[in-house]
Amino acid sequence: MDLVATILVDGLIYAGWLFIVSVGLTLVFGVLNILNIAHGSLYAIGAYASATLVGIYFANGGDAIPWGSYAALILAAVLVALVVGPILERGLLRFFYGRDEVLNVLVTYAVFLILEDVMKLIWGVNPYFVYEPYTLLGDVEIGPLFYVGYDFAVIAAAIIVGLGVWLTLNRTRMGKVVLAVIHDSEMSQTMGVNVPRIYLGAFMAGTFLAALGGALTAPMISVTPGLGVNVIIVAFAVVIIGGLGSVPGAAIGALMVGISRAASVHLLPEAELFIIYFVMAVVLMFRPEGLFAKTQARKI
Amino acid sequence: MTTKTKIGGAFAALTLAAGLATPAAAQDDTFKIGVITFLSGQAAESFGVPALNGGKVLIDMLNQGGQLPAPYTQKGFGGMTIEVVEVDEAGGATKQVQEFRNLVQREEVDAVVGYVSSGNCLAIAPVADELKAFTILYDCGTPRVFETGSFDYVFRTAAHATMDNVSLARYLKARDFPVESFAGLNQDYAWGQDSWADFKGSMAQIYPDAEEKTALFPKFGAGQYGTEISALLRERASLVHSSNWGGDLQGFLLQATARGLHERSQLVLAAGDHVIPQLQDKMPDGIFLGARGVNGLAAKARGGELAELTDTLWNAYEAEYEAFPVQAPFRMWQALLGLKTAVEKAMAENGGKKPNDEELAAAMEGLAWDAPSGRIEMALAGGHQAIQPNAIGTTKWNEAEGRMELVDVEYFAARCVNPPEGTTSQEWLAAGFPGAQCD
Repeated sequence: MDLVATILVDGLIYAGWLFIVSVGLTLVFGVLNILNIAHGSLYAIGAYASATLVGIYFANGGDAIPWGSYAALILAAVLVALVVGPILERGLLRFFYGRDEVLNVLVTYAVFLILEDVMKLIWGVNPYFVYEPYTLLGDVEIGPLFYVGYDFAVIAAAIIVGLGVWLTLNRTRMGKVVLAVIHDSEMSQTMGVNVPRIYLGAFMAGTFLAALGGALTAPMISVTPGLGVNVIIVAFAVVIIGGLGSVPGAAIGALMVGISRAASVHLLPEAELFIIYFVMAVVLMFRPEGLFAKTQARKI
Repeated sequence: MTTKTKIGGAFAALTLAAGLATPAAAQDDTFKIGVITFLSGQAAESFGVPALNGGKVLIDMLNQGGQLPAPYTQKGFGGMTIEVVEVDEAGGATKQVQEFRNLVQREEVDAVVGYVSSGNCLAIAPVADELKAFTILYDCGTPRVFETGSFDYVFRTAAHATMDNVSLARYLKARDFPVESFAGLNQDYAWGQDSWADFKGSMAQIYPDAEEKTALFPKFGAGQYGTEISALLRERASLVHSSNWGGDLQGFLLQATARGLHERSQLVLAAGDHVIPQLQDKMPDGIFLGARGVNGLAAKARGGELAELTDTLWNAYEAEYEAFPVQAPFRMWQALLGLKTAVEKAMAENGGKKPNDEELAAAMEGLAWDAPSGRIEMALAGGHQAIQPNAIGTTKWNEAEGRMELVDVEYFAARCVNPPEGTTSQEWLAAGFPGAQCD
C-alpha cells in the first residue's frame, strides 16, 4: 500500500472517532448555545461505564457470546445519557440559558473539574481494560499493513451516527421542531413548542454521543483518570473548523484534522500537534465563523 | 485553692498542653519521614501507589524489628520508631514546593523522601538546600538534577535515566541482536525526549552502522496510536524503542500487538515492567524490557546474596497487595534502606542521638548499602547521586503458572552503564562510554 493510501486509511480511522466525539459537542452548542467544556468528562464517563459493563458482562458468562460486549458498549452510553444528562441539564445548565456565553463556559468548566474528581471517587485511580471487543473483529490486511477490524467498525459507527443525526434533524418532525428552536426559541415557545424538553433532549443526545465516543474508545486503551482532557481540546478544534453548531461541519472538520494529522505523523512527525491548529488557523483566517456556520448579524 | 496554686495549676496545664502540642518529630524515640509520591493522577497507579505500598510494607517490618536479614535487623531507624506523613505529589511544582515547606516547617519531619516527577525534583532541590532539610529524591530520572546543580542536603538514591538506555543497547549487543535500523515512539515531554536521546547516543556507539529511522513523539496521554503504528509498520525497522509508561504504554502495547508490530520489529521498552501486572498475558512474549534497575522480575530471578532480603520483601508485598512488586517499590526500598543506613551511621558517630540534618547529610555522602535492587553507591555528584546495577530481560508468559517471567536476563554492573564522576551523561555517551567497567 503506498503512502497516500496509508495516510488516507489512518486519517479516516482517526476522523471517524473524532467525529463521534465532536458531533455531540456541536449539537449541544447548536441547540443550547452552550460551549460544553464538560463534554470531555462525559466522554471519559462513557469509557469508564463501558469498561465496567463489559467487565460485568464477561464476568457473568459473556465468553460464550462475546459479541454481546458490543451491546454492553452501547448500553453504557445510553445509561450515561439517561443518568448524567438530566442531572446536568435540569439540575444546573437550565439556570444559565440566555446568560453570557463566557459564563456558560466557566460553568461547564467547573462541571468538568467536578466530574474529574467524581470519576476518581467512583472508579478510583487504577486503570480499566476491556480489550475483548477490540480483537473480536479480527485483522484486515491492506497491502503490507494489518489493521484491526475494530478500527473500521468505528468508521462505520461514525457514518451511522452522522447519518442518524442529519436525518433526524432534517427528515423528521422532531428534527424540524429542534431546528425551529435553534432558529428562534422564543417564537417556537409561543407556537406551543415545549422548549425545555427540546433542550433536555438535545443535551441528552449530546451526552450520549460523547459517552459513545468514550465507550467505543475504551477497548483500545487503558481507561485512566484524565482521559477527557486531551479529547476536549481536539474536539474543539474540529467543531471550530467546521463551524460551531454544524453537523456537516463537524464531519468535514474531523476529516481535515484526521487526514492532516495522519499526513504529519508519516511525513513530518515533529509537526503532529502543530498541524491540527495550523489547519484551524488557516480556516479561521478565511472563514472566521468556521466552514459551515452561517454568518450572523451582530445583535445590538 | 490559693492564687499561687491556681497559677501553678495553670502553668502546669500550659506546660502539659505545650508538651502535647510538641510535634512527634521532636521526640527522640521516633523518626518522622515525609513521603511524597503520586497518590492520584496518571502516575499514581504505575509508580506512586506501588511505591507507597512498598514503603509501608518495609516500614512495618522495620518497626517490628528482626524481620529483615542483616544488616537490617535493628528495630526502626537506630531503634527509633519510624513515623510517616504521606503527601500526594499531584498538582504541579508550585504546589509541591508549598507542601515541602509545610512538611519541613510545620510537620517538622526529620527527612523527606519523595518525587517521581523530574519537574518536581528540579523544583524541590534548591528549596531543600534553602531550608537545610535533608531530602532524598527516590525516583525521578532526569540527569539534570546534579549535572546542572549542586546541593548539600539533597541526595538521589536511584540511578538517573541514562543507565536505562545504555543498558538496552548493551543488551542488544550481548544477545548479538542484529540491528540494521531502529525507530522510536516516546512521550512528548522531557522524559520521552531524553530517553530517546540517550538511546540514540548509545546506539551510535554500540551499533554505529545502524540507521536511525522515524522518531515519533505523540503527546502525553494520547491514548490512540493507530497512525503512529502504521508509520512504524511501514518503516520495518529492526527494533522500536519506547520509554512510554503507564496508560500510554498499555494503550500502545494493546494496539501495536493487535496489529503485529512486535512480529515485524523487536519491541524494546526502557521501563516497561510496571505494566505487566495489568496486562498479564496481553504483554507479548519476546519483548526486551528494563525496569530502571535490577527491580521486579529481574531482581527475583537474580538470586545470590541478596535473595533473602529480596524474597522477604517480595513475599510480604505480594501477601499484602496480591500483586508482585514492580520497579517503584524497589526504588522506595532502596531509598528507605539507604536512609536507615545513614541514620544508624550518624548515630554511631554522635553518641546515639537522633541525627540532625547536617549529621544525616554527612553520613549519606558517598554511602553504599545493599538493597533488593543490588549494591547502591552514592558515587556521583560528590556523593549525592547513586549508581546501581541494571538488568534487561525478555518477556515470556508461563502458561502453566499463569504468570509473566523474564528470561535471558543480562545483568550490568553499575559502573558499566552509569557515567563516571565528573562527566555529564551526554558527554559520556558522545565520547563512547570512557571509563565504563563492564567486566
